[in-house]
Amino acid sequence: MSALLSVENLSVSYRIPGGRLRALRDVTLSVRRGEVLGIVGESGCGKSTLAAAMIGLLPQGATVEGGAIRLEGEDMRHLSPDRQRGIRGRSVAMVFQDPMTAFNPVLTIGRQVADFTGAHGQRLPQAEIAAMLERVGIPDPARCLGRYPHELSGGMRQRVAIAAALLMRPDVLIADEPTTALDVTMEAQIIHLLRALRADFDGAIVIVTHHLGVIAELCDRVAVMYAGEVVEEAAVDDLFHDPRHPYSRALLACDPAVVIPGTGHLPTIGGRVPDLSVLPAGCAFAARCPLADALCRTSPPRVAGQGRSVLCHRAATQVAP
Amino acid sequence: MSCADETSLGARRGIGRALLADPMGLAGLVIVVLFLSMAVFAPWIAPYDPIALDVKAKFQTPSAAHWAGTDHLGRDLLSRIIWGARLALGIAITSVGIAGGLGLILGLVAGYGPRWLDGLLVLVFDSMSSLPMIFFALAVITVLGPGTATLILVIVLVSFPAYARLIRTQTLALAGADFILAERVMGAGTARILLRHLLPNVTGPLVILLCMDIPVVIMLEAGLSYLNLGVKPPAPSWGNMLSEGYNALRQAPHVVVVAGIPLVLATLGFTFLGEGLRDVLDPRGAGRRWG
Amino acid sequence: MLDYAIRRVGLSLLILIVVMTAMYGMVFLVPGDPASLALGPRATPELKEALRERMGLDQPILTQIAYFFANVLQGDLGVDVWSKRPVLEQILEVFPNTLLLGVVALGWALVTGILLGCAAVVWRDTWVDRLLGVLSVSVISVPSFVVAIYGLIVFAVWLNWLPAIGAGETGDPASQLRALILPAFAVGIGWVGYLARLVRASMLEVMEAPHIRTARAFGMRERDIVLRHALRVAIVPTISILAVGFGSILSSAVFVESVFSRPGIGTLITGAVEKRNYPVVMGTVLFMTAFYLAVVTAADLLIARLDPRVRDVLRG
Repeated sequence: MSALLSVENLSVSYRIPGGRLRALRDVTLSVRRGEVLGIVGESGCGKSTLAAAMIGLLPQGATVEGGAIRLEGEDMRHLSPDRQRGIRGRSVAMVFQDPMTAFNPVLTIGRQVADFTGAHGQRLPQAEIAAMLERVGIPDPARCLGRYPHELSGGMRQRVAIAAALLMRPDVLIADEPTTALDVTMEAQIIHLLRALRADFDGAIVIVTHHLGVIAELCDRVAVMYAGEVVEEAAVDDLFHDPRHPYSRALLACDPAVVIPGTGHLPTIGGRVPDLSVLPAGCAFAARCPLADALCRTSPPRVAGQGRSVLCHRAATQVAP
Repeated sequence: MSCADETSLGARRGIGRALLADPMGLAGLVIVVLFLSMAVFAPWIAPYDPIALDVKAKFQTPSAAHWAGTDHLGRDLLSRIIWGARLALGIAITSVGIAGGLGLILGLVAGYGPRWLDGLLVLVFDSMSSLPMIFFALAVITVLGPGTATLILVIVLVSFPAYARLIRTQTLALAGADFILAERVMGAGTARILLRHLLPNVTGPLVILLCMDIPVVIMLEAGLSYLNLGVKPPAPSWGNMLSEGYNALRQAPHVVVVAGIPLVLATLGFTFLGEGLRDVLDPRGAGRRWG
Repeated sequence: MLDYAIRRVGLSLLILIVVMTAMYGMVFLVPGDPASLALGPRATPELKEALRERMGLDQPILTQIAYFFANVLQGDLGVDVWSKRPVLEQILEVFPNTLLLGVVALGWALVTGILLGCAAVVWRDTWVDRLLGVLSVSVISVPSFVVAIYGLIVFAVWLNWLPAIGAGETGDPASQLRALILPAFAVGIGWVGYLARLVRASMLEVMEAPHIRTARAFGMRERDIVLRHALRVAIVPTISILAVGFGSILSSAVFVESVFSRPGIGTLITGAVEKRNYPVVMGTVLFMTAFYLAVVTAADLLIARLDPRVRDVLRG
């Protein structure tokens, strides 16, 4: 099946005092109908910028320097602002990271969700909204509609956000760090909810997170991002069992679930993420990579691999640690 | 917030350039310079004596001899406008200056002095600024009788609480700063800290606020003079001219129309300049006094 | 909420007492006594003494202040020195005119100002925004009584569309309305500009909030986002400024009433100041200060009700 949403060679940079910060470099990704794609990486790796670009809501100061974002083959960047708006919500819906601030504090939940559904036509009746709230597990949904956002817990607000997105019947649902702002119990509940919804949602889902557990639970395919690039893309099982990029391996090793046997210590990746306004000449990960050699430091790597792609000079030659 | 940076020569030149780049600020600057020159050079540029009567020439419409016409007593309106600029700006600058000084002192005292004094002064500032300004002004005028001195006192009284509050806030914020604490540890006296460290750092925002209040004060002076409660006739106050023109509205409407123009222009000019200065000096926007 | 309300009202009462004591004390701080000032230099000593007694000036100052407050509490603001009519009666007679003028002026300024402010946000950084910016500053800075005089010349004298003086015939709403148009325009125009700027600034801040991003992500129209979502948040600071601004509306009204010889608080007090009619001046100042403090306090309480977050913080 062909890609529903695809990002091709996308580069985005932010204007900063005295230069530009290259948030995304040559990113290529796609997601098919019925598929769940995970995007994982540390904070500052560009994953949230990528999510914002996918829905056409880059923050002020961000410029797209090249590439395309295609929805069913059509480049969204070349549509008029009004057509872009027509896609947002209806074709591509988004669930944001922070459920504390994602809702307007002075309007009731029911009013806001109704306004969202009314963005592309008739506002949905409150009964229909209540039914969806019930489906995402909100007790007493009719009462919830009359409440203000601050009267709900973070988990409940995130459920409302997911319900609102589903009510739009989108082709693509993007969830930007949907569980990051929640505590562990809430996180488990939201993951559970998303898994249940996956079964009867016939579009594509993109989940952006820094949490490998979320990826393992929910996704079919995963893209690992580092310093604005996709360094490895693979099926979830392949990545977890056989990570090819040194960064993916390090990332998996640092998962709190994998404590080094015998020591009780949590491994960490040495060094720091490179400054995105002054990138190194070679591979961006070279400074922190245990396998880096002279070539890695001087020339940028190219995508290698069949079926799965790895952005590394040493991908083919490396030995298992 | 460092004042040293703001007042250095290079920064000043930058302010000037930024102001010239902003068309509104530039228009304001031109108008203000125009009125300031009128005020300074009034004796040399006014074609007639502003209070010399010539009853035979009353209510003349603008002509070559009297560019702006004459009023009900045959006085040359252009000369009265020019001398009026001197009066309006004189009163505005004097009173705003006094109010600024008073606000500065009381604000420093409240911000750096003992807690109880601060509480008392804040109650006074709050009480004074919670009065509708005009009624307070009218009460003072009733007690003292109208006149230029009363007018200046009234303006000082209604203006200074806002300045004092600004200075107090600034002082409180600075008093806890590291360099002040360091000075105190080094044994610097209160006077030294106040004069050498706090004063230069709190005056920048105050000057912006003072500039922005000049048009408000010009308006108040003209308004009270229009009500015959400000500058006493026959002094050529713009407010007096409006009042006299208003009384002759049907016979000679040009008098009141002409009398309003300098007032409108001056308030516009000073406001435009103030806005421009604020945008350049203080992008966050200083608070404005209303009511 | 009740707790907060009690504290807020208490503070206002304290300020009112401080202000009145200060005003009353001021009369005695200045040289010369009010009675002789009021009567002028040619008054006989007997006449002065009689007036002093009538004004209660022969009592010690603390007794006077105590009497003054006791009387105020009973709704007695004193008696007009000249006409002998109770001051409160005179105030209540003209106050509705001033209140009507203030409310109508604020009303049209509010509607127009908010609309223009929203327009500046919807078309931000275009020529519409810039034009509205210059217009706002211009109307803010022009004195209301000059607008009143020019309006009077054009619409009442030259075009003869509207009455030049007065507040209209009693019992004839149509003529009262016609007499209200020019004064309300003059009093409100500055506030149109001020509110437009305030709403624009407040709105632009709100437009950066994450919940606006949510609304955009759902594809809502920018116009709907501004009017239906951002305005409700942005309006809260506007209300508190509005109440404080009622003071400046009243100031403008004093001058504008005088231009149109419109019976009201302004014409009452300016007439009394000229004749140095102390009881009327002091009574009016007290009345207007109390009224103004009541408006500001009410606005604070309204904000607490409008913003559900503040409401709940207060509730505890």
